[in-house]
Amino acid sequence: MAQASAQKVEKNEAGEVAIQLLGVNKWYGEFHVLRDINLSVDRGERIVICGPSGSGKSTLIRCINRLEEHQSGQIIVDGNELTNDLKRIDEVRREVGMVFQHFNLFPHLTVLENCTLAPIWVRKMSKADAEAAAMKYLTRVKIPEQAKKYPGQLSGGQQQRVAIARSLCMNPKIMLFDEPTSALDPEMIKEVLEVMVDLAQSGMTMLCVTHEMGFARQVANRVIFMDQGQIIEQNSPVEFFNNPKSERTKLFLSQILH
Amino acid sequence: MTDVPSPQGWVRTEDAPRLPAPPNTTGPVGWMLTNLFSSPMNSVLTILGASFVIWIAWGVIDWALIRGVFTGEDREACVAVPDSGACWPYVWAKFHQFVYGFYPFDQRWRVNICFIVGAVALATMAMPSLPYKKWNALFLLVVYPLMTFVLLTGGNLNLSSSTIYFVTGVLLFSSLVVPLAAFGIEDGIRRNKPALVLAGIAVAIWLVSIFVSMPEIAAFGGYISIATLASLVLLTAAAFFSIGHRASTRDIAARSALLGWVGAVSAIIAVLVLVTADFGLVQVETQQWGGLLVTLVVAVTGIVAALPLGILLALGRRSKMVVVRLFSIVFIEVWRGVPLITVLFMASIMLPLFMPEGVNFDKLLRALVGTALFSAAYMAETVRGGLQAIPRGQYEAAQALGLSYWRMMNLIVLPQALKIVIPGIVNAFISLFKDTTLVLIIGLFDLLGIINASFSDPKWVSPQTGTTGYFVAALMFWVFCFAMSRYSLFMERRLATGHKRRGI
Repeated sequence: MAQASAQKVEKNEAGEVAIQLLGVNKWYGEFHVLRDINLSVDRGERIVICGPSGSGKSTLIRCINRLEEHQSGQIIVDGNELTNDLKRIDEVRREVGMVFQHFNLFPHLTVLENCTLAPIWVRKMSKADAEAAAMKYLTRVKIPEQAKKYPGQLSGGQQQRVAIARSLCMNPKIMLFDEPTSALDPEMIKEVLEVMVDLAQSGMTMLCVTHEMGFARQVANRVIFMDQGQIIEQNSPVEFFNNPKSERTKLFLSQILH
Repeated sequence: MTDVPSPQGWVRTEDAPRLPAPPNTTGPVGWMLTNLFSSPMNSVLTILGASFVIWIAWGVIDWALIRGVFTGEDREACVAVPDSGACWPYVWAKFHQFVYGFYPFDQRWRVNICFIVGAVALATMAMPSLPYKKWNALFLLVVYPLMTFVLLTGGNLNLSSSTIYFVTGVLLFSSLVVPLAAFGIEDGIRRNKPALVLAGIAVAIWLVSIFVSMPEIAAFGGYISIATLASLVLLTAAAFFSIGHRASTRDIAARSALLGWVGAVSAIIAVLVLVTADFGLVQVETQQWGGLLVTLVVAVTGIVAALPLGILLALGRRSKMVVVRLFSIVFIEVWRGVPLITVLFMASIMLPLFMPEGVNFDKLLRALVGTALFSAAYMAETVRGGLQAIPRGQYEAAQALGLSYWRMMNLIVLPQALKIVIPGIVNAFISLFKDTTLVLIIGLFDLLGIINASFSDPKWVSPQTGTTGYFVAALMFWVFCFAMSRYSLFMERRLATGHKRRGI
């Protein structure tokens, strides 16, 4: 598999690469959470990352906007390498949106204020422009009527859709999803997935950590399977689900697909 | 309803009716039955408690109003009546002293202006429905303190040359640091050479002027040396250079940082001019201040200074930067580990020993600084409690949106954290307000101190003078503290949007 990813990197040097990870390693204290991660993501590519809990999936995508620091290797996002340079980190974070498992909306601000805060303070947009853009994205996630409410007044599915709209308001080039449906009641998962599918079809570069295999089949260009901090297997969804190569992948798939 | 539910296969055919609540569970009777007389034991406790409250209240009313003496010229009025209650004529006679201390009679209008303007500005600030909050806050935090300073002391401050040197030194130093901080050190040096060179020359001249005596000129009461003036001019040139240079670029953050710094420099100079200017007011030494005036000055200054300082210390204690964290921890633990009385003694007796000769801070000022730093340390721990209650996800979401550290703190973390700790903050305010009574031990007469002192006036010695005086002191303290407490409850309810769902 290491060979395959090396080829991938080469191939993309000519094309448009959105994210590139080269030999990334990370430790929590003594514990080696990410081991020799090589991954290249093209613009417009949609990647689903799955794997058992504790396999480093979330850590991996949290390294991409530097919510976690990696200790060796290179991470290059949109042409910016992530180092200790705070300006670079800010530049990357402006262009990379993130949706969290627990939504992380700001409870003291209304839905609209949640969406306009970063455009106003980071992008320096005028309040009117930011609000117009926010209403556009709230309409896109189908909850414009909740704009004046506080997050605490919304259901989980609605909150997650607001969180997606909040990220989109920054006009990101890349979207990261960290288990966006894992904290939702079953009947709310669908409404969030619909928004994500819609986003995928609009050509957004997306990295999703998720266990929604239906979603992976429907929109992913590539599925990546991680275990114990390594990328074990990556393939097109059809190949991945119908013809898994590694034993660990087979075991994992047999446990989650009934 | 006619169907009898059988173990399986039962379907409701009509809705169950909506019935009114049973009698005596709602309304005032229902409230009393559930809260006061829910069981025989509770009824007994309610009756016992109520009788105790009535007994105490009756005792106070009987002493203060029914048996109280209301008119008279001196102690005779209170002594003449057998078994008399509160001696109110004493309070009427001494009330002005309770409020102003020994502030000169003909100058008390100055204190009154400060009280009235302060009360109005605070009231308009406290009412959420009124507009212009930013200007109101600016007035309360910048204009009002200057105004009270000039009015209460008389202004016309005679600054020593060492003070001027100190202030200009700080300004010059900041002119080197701010551009570097705004652009990052490497970038700052590269892009900002002319300004840095000018500022560097200014600092060099200023440093040389410390060792080489230079003639002084007439401005600022003849205390500013040519060297200081020259370095100030160079500094201003440096500042305009940076601004002019930055104005052409689009780096808004750097520009606003520089503009903020220029604003701060001009504000400091304006303050210096204002406090040294002669408004024709008679000087009133702080030794003559007293009573409620001193209590309010110490408490309000302490409260206003403690909150921002405490917030900075709390942030510092959670900072990733080791030096900042260490400084905050040491500061907080040292000040918290020392009793306030010790702090006040240190401020009034030991501090002057460490000061260079000729520098002599006012005793009240020293007490102010002492109490402000002391309560800042407590405030820091209160605020830190609030910061710890904010989930990590809030920080991460703010970071993921690209907010800088200070934006994240100002817009996301602090508004939530401070809301959580409103009870703790007000608790600290209230205890600070009451701790001001301790300034008595370094020879300042606060409200309690002046009431205490008035007992020795032979004109008003009577068996009831002490009790009445302390009763008034307690009442006045209670009014202020209770007002703070009620306002904090109001704000808590008003700000309760976040963590609760649908206000339940």
